[in-house]
Amino acid sequence: MPTLEDYKGQTPAWCPGCGNFAILKTFKDAMLELGIEPHQFTMVSGIGQAAKFPHYIRCNTFNGLHGRALPVATGIRLANHEMPVIVATGDGDCYGEGGNHFIHGIRRNINVKLFVHDNQIYGLTKGQPSPTSMEGMVTKNQPFGVFSEQLNPMALAVALDCSFVARGFAGDMEYLKSLVKAAIQHKGFSLFDILQPCVTFNKINTYEWYKQRVYRIEPEYDPEDRVEAFRRALEWGERIPTGIIYKNNRPVLEERIPILQKTPLVRQSFDRSKLQATLKEFY
Amino acid sequence: MDYTIKIGGEAGQGIQTVGDTLARVFSRSGYHVFTNQDYESRVRGGHNFFQIRISDGPVMAPRERVDILVAFDKESISEHKKELTEQGQIVYDSSSTGEIPHSETGIPNLLDIPFAKLAIDHGAGRIMANTVATGAILGMLKMSLDVLNDIIRDTFSKKGEDTIKENINAASAGHEFAIAHCPTCRFFPADMSQAKMLITSIEAIGFGAVASGCQFYTAYPMTPSTGIMNYLAGKEKEYGIVVEQAEDEIAAINMALGASFAGVRAMTGTAGGGFALMVEGLSLAAMTETPVVIALGQRPAPATGLPTRTEQGDLLFPIFTSHGEFPRAVFAPGTPEQAFYLTNKAFELAEKYQIQAIIIFDQYLADAEWTYEGFDLDKIAFHDYRIRGDRLNALQEYKRHAYTSTGVSPLGVPGESRHLVVTDSDEHGEEGHIIEDAETRVRMVNKRLFQKMPLIKKEMSPPFLYGDSHPEIVITGWGSTYGVMKEAVDILSKGMKIAMLHFSEICPFPEIEEFDYLSLLENARMTICIENNAGGQFAKLMRAETGYEFTAKINKYDGRPFILEGLTGEIDAHFRRL
Repeated sequence: MPTLEDYKGQTPAWCPGCGNFAILKTFKDAMLELGIEPHQFTMVSGIGQAAKFPHYIRCNTFNGLHGRALPVATGIRLANHEMPVIVATGDGDCYGEGGNHFIHGIRRNINVKLFVHDNQIYGLTKGQPSPTSMEGMVTKNQPFGVFSEQLNPMALAVALDCSFVARGFAGDMEYLKSLVKAAIQHKGFSLFDILQPCVTFNKINTYEWYKQRVYRIEPEYDPEDRVEAFRRALEWGERIPTGIIYKNNRPVLEERIPILQKTPLVRQSFDRSKLQATLKEFY
Repeated sequence: MDYTIKIGGEAGQGIQTVGDTLARVFSRSGYHVFTNQDYESRVRGGHNFFQIRISDGPVMAPRERVDILVAFDKESISEHKKELTEQGQIVYDSSSTGEIPHSETGIPNLLDIPFAKLAIDHGAGRIMANTVATGAILGMLKMSLDVLNDIIRDTFSKKGEDTIKENINAASAGHEFAIAHCPTCRFFPADMSQAKMLITSIEAIGFGAVASGCQFYTAYPMTPSTGIMNYLAGKEKEYGIVVEQAEDEIAAINMALGASFAGVRAMTGTAGGGFALMVEGLSLAAMTETPVVIALGQRPAPATGLPTRTEQGDLLFPIFTSHGEFPRAVFAPGTPEQAFYLTNKAFELAEKYQIQAIIIFDQYLADAEWTYEGFDLDKIAFHDYRIRGDRLNALQEYKRHAYTSTGVSPLGVPGESRHLVVTDSDEHGEEGHIIEDAETRVRMVNKRLFQKMPLIKKEMSPPFLYGDSHPEIVITGWGSTYGVMKEAVDILSKGMKIAMLHFSEICPFPEIEEFDYLSLLENARMTICIENNAGGQFAKLMRAETGYEFTAKINKYDGRPFILEGLTGEIDAHFRRL
């Protein structure tokens, strides 16, 4: 059995007080409890503070380009659908640069776990607004405030019939851990958006701001009711729901591809004996 | 014997069906065949043609002179009548083209065959007018219908006996009509027997990928590369290949990299515009040392350009595009046979050196059908360079980007052993984690670039020399001009000492140790660089790599391929100036 020490990676270079620390700790605990050992899963990330996550634990890692984690994760899953693949990303990386991949990853329903560290701001490039920044937020580049409507990832995902849609808050670690585990254990594309205060650049959406608003979705809520889920997904402002907003049992892409029914692609051997017959097709 | 049949008409009229069927009849009957296509970027209407050259000896380029012009619309006649030989025949159905009076065309040999009516009269329905036309052309050539009937049986085997019978009757009706009504048809095909294979370069790339153990192909559809995806999708089940259509080219290359990282051979394909989107992924592949093969189909650009036409305008693009410095391999096959073997070489080098191998081609080469006696599958290499499962587990320690004497680190497969496989788009250390220090940076650049590059360079084959061994004139080209240059040498060698130098392995640029092609060029009186582009990209590359400057250039950039008569005329004009 693994111990927590087995997951220990490099020392994080995040700012003291960053919401990412809570996510990191929670994630390690969840993996330990699920019994998924470091060599058994792969983390894929792009660029941003969240994207450094795989370096701060021990696991197989593909840290690629800004916005491009999902297609890499998709390729890995299609090559080896027995290996859990988790994407660590941020609101800029996933909803901005990677928006197209986000939409189509959900549509494919590839069994990838997408953890979006959502701090509603760009940290790595020092304080520009992200797609989830609230309208009116004043930054160095937006002296008149952000004009664009805030992207609602929950509503977008429900609209796309995403297989698993949840929101967590880095300030509620116990609940966060149960949601991390639920996201990983769900069969299908899991979007887990984690509200995570940026203590350095986001002076609006602070721990205090979130604490006054977030609430745990009540146990009697039915996450399989899509219309109700959409209503809940639209909630933002005075009250912000956390928990599993929506889930369904759509078949996953990997299981729909006939040749992946028995063995993962990576363990299928190449049979050269058929080539002569294939050559004959050209006559 | 050297006949050219041109089938012209609007998109949607079935030109390609008739052309493909005839080409198959000829190749199965043992003839040497070369076909090429010219089409507009539309699904219906416009003017398109399919041209078939058939001979008793090897043919590999389109000719200007047409022996049989099959006109499915009036425009095909006005557009192409000037190409007819003296004995040339125009065949058409006046119910679809309207009456074509001799006085209007000035062409004596007009053959009006009621394709549609014959189809209906023989119970086949208007839809089989194309089968009537196919039979009629074989009748004009005095060829039997045996092979066509076999093909009809194969094609319609699933549709049932009635459909087969109707098509056979339709073909026979056209055949009989042509024999009875074409006294001016004077074609004498040679006797051939040994069936040949008929293959396009796009199919050859697809088959080459299959033969190389490619298990993953992802792409966004884009002419002229889509045929690779079509071919591989048809082989998914048989060979265990996952073919995924990506949301864009950025996703396509990143998915391929994910699959390759996870341990399977992966490939993507696109055209110039899509490759532009893939460039950041190319650089990611280089930094993470992830093997990938990319097929790049050139078409006239900038931007959307002439989407369905041909050009060699993207030679320098895959060679030089990058942010940062890294080695890569670029191949430019000139024939379906080269496309097949070079696709295999691309996979071998990509896997062996953990680099990106790019195969460039163009619309003309992609669609052109060639005939061969066969391909030698024993020449196909397959080595698994990956370290998997137990072998990886047995290693004391594992570092994905470990320094080695060759610069090539062990390529481990994640998830199959206790070792972790870690890689990063940031500069990284041996373990794959992000670094910032100068010393590691320099060692990693040295490893990726300076250690691997000389090894890759040694793998590249020299250009192919054809013709006179001490030539006065050397014509040089790369990629799709192979066939037309080779035939031009055959024709012109009667009057001059001429040779062709053809490059199909272009980056890293071939050394001169194995074959001193530079001396050959320097000793010639005239060297002409022939390219299907405006700027003479290969000539520039040659100068940059070797310092050698060609004495003349022939460039064509109208979106159409070189035609044999046109090219020989231009070379001859240069020769006369000597």
